[in-house]
Amino acid sequence: MQKTFDKKKFISQNSIWLVLIALVIIMSGAQPNFFSVSNLTTLLTGEAVKGIMAFGVMFAILSKGIDLTIGASAALVACITASLVQPADYANARFPGMGEKPVILVILVGLLIGAAIGAIYGAIIAYTKIPPFIATLGAQLICRAGAKIFTNRPISNLSEGFRFFGSGRLGGFPVIILVFIIMYIISAFLLTQTRFGKNVYAIGGNDQAARVAGINVEVNLIKVYVWCSLCAAIAGMLLAGRSGSADSANSGLNYELDAIAAATVGGTSHTGGICRVSGVLAGILILGVINNGLVMLKVDDNMTNIVKGLIIVGSVILDMRKNAKRA
Amino acid sequence: MSEYILEMLDIVKEFPGVRALKGVQLKVRPGTVHTLMGENGAGKSTLMKCLIGIHPPTSGKILFRGQEIRYKTTLEAMNSGISMIHQELSPVPERSVCDNVWLGREPRKGLIVDHKKMRQDCIELFNKLGLDLDPDAKMGDLTVAKMQMVEIAKAVSYDSQIVIMDEPTSSLTDAEVEQLFKIIADLKAKNVAIIYISHKMDEIFRISDDITIYRDGEYIATDRAENLNVDKVITLMVGREVTQMFPKVDCPIGETILKVENLSAGRAVKSVSFELHRGEILGMAGLVGAGRTETAEAIFGMRHITGGKIYKDGKELHIKSPEDAIANKIGLLTEDRRGNGIVGLLSIRENTVLANLKAYGFPLNHKQMRTDTEEYIQKLNTKTPSQETPIQNLSGGNQQKVLVGRWLLTNPDILIVDEPTRGIDVGAKAEIHSLITKLAGEGKAIIMISSELPEVMGMSDRIVVMHEGTMTGLVERKDFSSELILKYATTEEAYQPANA
Repeated sequence: MQKTFDKKKFISQNSIWLVLIALVIIMSGAQPNFFSVSNLTTLLTGEAVKGIMAFGVMFAILSKGIDLTIGASAALVACITASLVQPADYANARFPGMGEKPVILVILVGLLIGAAIGAIYGAIIAYTKIPPFIATLGAQLICRAGAKIFTNRPISNLSEGFRFFGSGRLGGFPVIILVFIIMYIISAFLLTQTRFGKNVYAIGGNDQAARVAGINVEVNLIKVYVWCSLCAAIAGMLLAGRSGSADSANSGLNYELDAIAAATVGGTSHTGGICRVSGVLAGILILGVINNGLVMLKVDDNMTNIVKGLIIVGSVILDMRKNAKRA
Repeated sequence: MSEYILEMLDIVKEFPGVRALKGVQLKVRPGTVHTLMGENGAGKSTLMKCLIGIHPPTSGKILFRGQEIRYKTTLEAMNSGISMIHQELSPVPERSVCDNVWLGREPRKGLIVDHKKMRQDCIELFNKLGLDLDPDAKMGDLTVAKMQMVEIAKAVSYDSQIVIMDEPTSSLTDAEVEQLFKIIADLKAKNVAIIYISHKMDEIFRISDDITIYRDGEYIATDRAENLNVDKVITLMVGREVTQMFPKVDCPIGETILKVENLSAGRAVKSVSFELHRGEILGMAGLVGAGRTETAEAIFGMRHITGGKIYKDGKELHIKSPEDAIANKIGLLTEDRRGNGIVGLLSIRENTVLANLKAYGFPLNHKQMRTDTEEYIQKLNTKTPSQETPIQNLSGGNQQKVLVGRWLLTNPDILIVDEPTRGIDVGAKAEIHSLITKLAGEGKAIIMISSELPEVMGMSDRIVVMHEGTMTGLVERKDFSSELILKYATTEEAYQPANA
């Protein structure tokens, strides 16, 4: 086997990063302030929440599924955890007089709720074989309603410690970006270095073959949706921490679609079996650059969405042609 | 006008990194059956895909009725009179037979589909071909053989002058094969040329007029069938003498490793009992629908067991899933390579280690995976550009070798192989046969399901014969004969050990 550098292959495998670099160059040219530390920090801070959701939902897409619940489950977890970190003397608190609980405990509660939600609809998908689109659409409605039943007004005045993860800085560096980076590393590790990751690739590629090869398809699918929902829970808590409040009606609204878009632009195939974490990262950044850059250029919001729409559809067309050529 | 209806000259087809066809030719006379032969990967299917527009050739010339053509889509090819019946059929299972025949070209009255005419034409077409098919039946409810008949009818309905058949008999029973040959004879009489791809020597010599042989993407020879014989063809195909097809080596049979007692699985398997010993190759013979695959699936945990017991090394097993079976050191090489064998998008390496991922720890030891994969590529003589190549890019024979490697890597005590050589070429077939024999020699126990009698008789120590879910016979090697096995395969009477 010869190991020569194949330029064509390199370009085709990393085309998405080249697109990102091109976009950054164009934006920097159009608006010199774009490529400044402060603006890039703003960009990353803005994309971290949806980005973490994308790291979750890419597993679902890789397994030939989808998860529409994550925006709503993020809101539910945000509301519940936020209600646990309001001060005792705050009259408008969800639980007046209860006082704030230790942050670590609250985060654990949030993760636990996230995992439980994912386990429930994951098990429904795995054992009843209903399409994940339907199962998670139902779960989305239920989670959103659950959040609204839990509280009908925004939960604010959250403790400093809780807000630290969403809006604090560590040595001048935003903590939320650190969490995003850690989530990237964990996702990459899960996908490439563990049996679970390999199993998900195989299930997405050919679930029958995976089963014959001794992979417990059901258990692995449940794990996929638990992971998805865990990412959503983390995203929800960061969201509440960043904005300083949790709003059952609007927090995380439609975030699942942005997360799915990022994973898709990043080359995750909706027919299952294809996904690279680095690609998804690039997908997140591309959508971020467009959001941020077009705002800086004072481009109309509707125009921005048209550009995003075209990029999502265009990237999938390119990917499919690339994959068809490879086959 | 030349004497040929189709001439393909100097056809070259390149895929990224592979030169699949290196300037080959094919000349077909009208009203004949022209068989293409060659090992898998020789380029037969690729050549046909070049012809019908699935993969337009990189260079070369195609003359159809004396005119140069170059189709870009199969629809274009079909409309001009060339249709292909693929090895893997692609019907729309939820629609009726009639809908499938006229798919995409439904007769219309204005904007509205003329269902009455559609059905009428369909019945007429079936009558013309002497097919006993119900136009209203759901496609998905038909047997594979019947679906194939529908495909042939569809090809005929296009008034095709050339019909390409890629391994049409691989899933047909003998009676159905006879019917297919009758249809082929009818088509010939109507001056239709048939391009026939198959690995089955006896049927090739029965129906072929001309035979063209390819090897490794190159044209080797074309001749009239009467000038050739099996040995000559095989020599031309592999470029060397194949001495022994079934290298059966007698190896010592050890103690009982697997005992199956009155195993039942719904209606598919009815009270099957047998014992399997270390070092033994136990054949399973029977016609299509005999329940052999289902028996294997029941042992392997893919099918719910409704009765009976399975013992391994004297201990009763309670296998509920393939995962349990693998943990008990049982492997199953399934018959449906694409359906539940390979994961097409994944690489050779990922496919090789798939059943053995538990052995690579946490985090996964990628280096060990590479070493193991390399070992089995070498051992099994798999032809692949690299370990990273997606398995779907390999030929069927090489895919099968990767899957064999997957199971060997789990180091099973019992390996069940279901139609291990179906649809793979002569060379790879011989390699897989000698490998199975070698495994038995190492003390592993093998169950080999095969629909090819010479194969199962050549390889096995004993043969279990089944008929519609019932075990009807158990034949010792010394008593092997096609007549006896076929007798059991068609009898309804269950096997009685006491009589043996």
